[in-house]
Amino acid sequence: MKGERPMVDSNMVLAGQTAAYTLYVLVMIALMARFAYKVTKEEEPKEMRPAIFYSFVGFLVVLGVSLHIITYNTIPWAPLDLNRANIQADKVFEIQVADHKFLLPSEKLMIKVGEKVLFKVTSADLTYGFGLFRSDNSMVFQMQVMPGHMNDILWHFDRPGIYSIRSTEYSGPAGVGMLLKDVVEVSSDHTSHE
Amino acid sequence: MSFLTTLMNGEQQLFRPNTLTPMQKMILRFVVIGLVYYAFAVFEGMIMRVYAVTPVPTVEPQQYFAIMTAHPLVGIFGSTYSTVFGAFLFLVPFLMKKPLWSIKLANWTCGLIGVGTLTMWSAGFVSEYAPLYTLYWPLPADFTQFSIWGGTFFIVGIAIIMVGTIFFVLNIFKTITYTPAGWEKQPAGALISSALGWSGIKNLFSKKKEEHLVSLPVAAIARGTVDTALNSVIILFTGVLILVYMVAALLGHDLKHSAIDALLYKNWFWWGLDLVADGLVLIFVAGTWYLLATLITGKKLFMENIARGALLIELVVSWTVWSHHLMSDQAQPGILKVVSGEMVTAFELITQGLAFFITLVTLWSARPLKMTHPLKFLLGGLLGFALAVPAGIMQADLGLNRILHNTQWIVGPHVHVAILVGLTMTLYSAIYLLFPIVTNGAKLYSDKLATFHFWAHLLGGIGMGAFMGMAGLNGMLRRSLYLNGEFNIYMILAALSGSLLLIAFLAFFFNIVMSVGVKGVIGIFTPSKLDTKDPLPIQA
Repeated sequence: MKGERPMVDSNMVLAGQTAAYTLYVLVMIALMARFAYKVTKEEEPKEMRPAIFYSFVGFLVVLGVSLHIITYNTIPWAPLDLNRANIQADKVFEIQVADHKFLLPSEKLMIKVGEKVLFKVTSADLTYGFGLFRSDNSMVFQMQVMPGHMNDILWHFDRPGIYSIRSTEYSGPAGVGMLLKDVVEVSSDHTSHE
Repeated sequence: MSFLTTLMNGEQQLFRPNTLTPMQKMILRFVVIGLVYYAFAVFEGMIMRVYAVTPVPTVEPQQYFAIMTAHPLVGIFGSTYSTVFGAFLFLVPFLMKKPLWSIKLANWTCGLIGVGTLTMWSAGFVSEYAPLYTLYWPLPADFTQFSIWGGTFFIVGIAIIMVGTIFFVLNIFKTITYTPAGWEKQPAGALISSALGWSGIKNLFSKKKEEHLVSLPVAAIARGTVDTALNSVIILFTGVLILVYMVAALLGHDLKHSAIDALLYKNWFWWGLDLVADGLVLIFVAGTWYLLATLITGKKLFMENIARGALLIELVVSWTVWSHHLMSDQAQPGILKVVSGEMVTAFELITQGLAFFITLVTLWSARPLKMTHPLKFLLGGLLGFALAVPAGIMQADLGLNRILHNTQWIVGPHVHVAILVGLTMTLYSAIYLLFPIVTNGAKLYSDKLATFHFWAHLLGGIGMGAFMGMAGLNGMLRRSLYLNGEFNIYMILAALSGSLLLIAFLAFFFNIVMSVGVKGVIGIFTPSKLDTKDPLPIQA
């Protein structure tokens, strides 16, 4: 959409996660190293006050709950996914998977920037995965594809790009090569592809 | 003493198998089998690490996935179950000061887990049966890809392990509740109530505190054993279901896969699997931390009633947490994803955080402590879970799971750091602590090797998890093959870290063999000459 700021995408979310988790790991290792050093030293014994213990419990509760509240409100596909039954898709692609092959409705899936697209994927035999990947192999999104059930995901494409489809679930050794390169094209050109 | 003499007879010839009680021999047999299967898992792991860098020409992709199928099962059942069951079958009677209900049944457990794991592993190795441990329906019954006979023996192997596991469960609960010959009648109901945590919960809300009939480590073992029992039933039932398809195929009948609903099956199976991953492992580990902390410090556990209550909450959490494995399954109801997948899973941050805090405070209260091998491995185990549990909480989030599910993030910073650093270092701590007790004073061959074992294992485990995690964050899947070196930087670094784990294990194994000697290892498997049910010889 012209003039609209692009949504948060998976690269941005994963960069944030990498920074937060790396920082956490470094702090935790430093704290444990300090504990290991100090626990061998003679010091005036002090009783741990229960208030500190209960504060720690409270901190864990706040941390556990707030993580999901924050991500729900900052990662755009989380509410989109939970409410997808009530959202009108701009485009629907019905994709079948059978015998370790994706059967697309057309050679390429053409999408316009700004469209909300519903991918409806069904499996005729095994459990597979359905994921969109960038050319550098980073993931845009994925879902499981289970036989006997409708597997659908609604995605808002807010920037141009060319993506590959890869099965993200193991379906036996025969499924190792389930990759369709550059078959999804998101274009800002509203006229050239349809 | 020459190297050869030490190799044959052990360090200073202090380990004498003929002085061991039947109980000591029993636990040592479990530990030997556990270590042998740990070696299997480590070597398999290294093959897969190398394969992730560049496919090994002599290993076909189907063989690679057969290794990937056997690896976690050998690691969890063959190695961890053996070590943990042996330790608990020794510790419950040791801590309760009463004989084990049946040493014979304990030895049967040991034999069945050993034989079952070998059967399962051999079937996978020979037939390349490779549906992975998740067994997503109908892959285990896909006979266009897998051998029916190979699959049949594979499932039979797992079933044998589960029978051994049920014997363990029976032995633990009977030991807690039974009345040994010549003893005053034991209050079975009150004992089981204490073991399962009702007395702990009542004490939280009552002014008049009841005395706990069983110690906290025994209570932890009992509660983890509840999950062990439920998990055995689920796996046995699933195995029978798959066997029905296999036997029908052998008889020439092609049963319809669609007779089983894949989503219901996946819910059922993950409910059972999570009783291990998010149930008994966390409960057993917390109980082991408490035991180690009190044994190392000689002090009472900090906030013991809270710790008992938390173990009971963890048991309930483990029954309601499975849906975080189905957050990318779009047919799974959203309410289950949010309540079970996100919210209940977040409770694990609290329960495991409490266990972490309580253990550290207990250690802190006994300053100054000597940095012994058990203490340093215990701290390593605590660090492992401190890193792995938050990684798991992150992936059990609707937004993040969409871009993390089935990537190397899941299996690196979460699974392998939890198992290799958290769980295994906790077990090593217990092994180093119990070693002189169960060997009647055998001496460790080399303290320097034990220290090397610690550092190589810690750095290797954290390093491997970290580099796998980085690859996962960049989109690398956990059950795929990348043939063009797409993630080679991370995979080479992960393989180097993995080789540290291998070297660490070899150092530990060499140290233990040199401590007890080859003759000592053989002596563990001969019948005990002592006619006693006591865990330790009287003079010890």
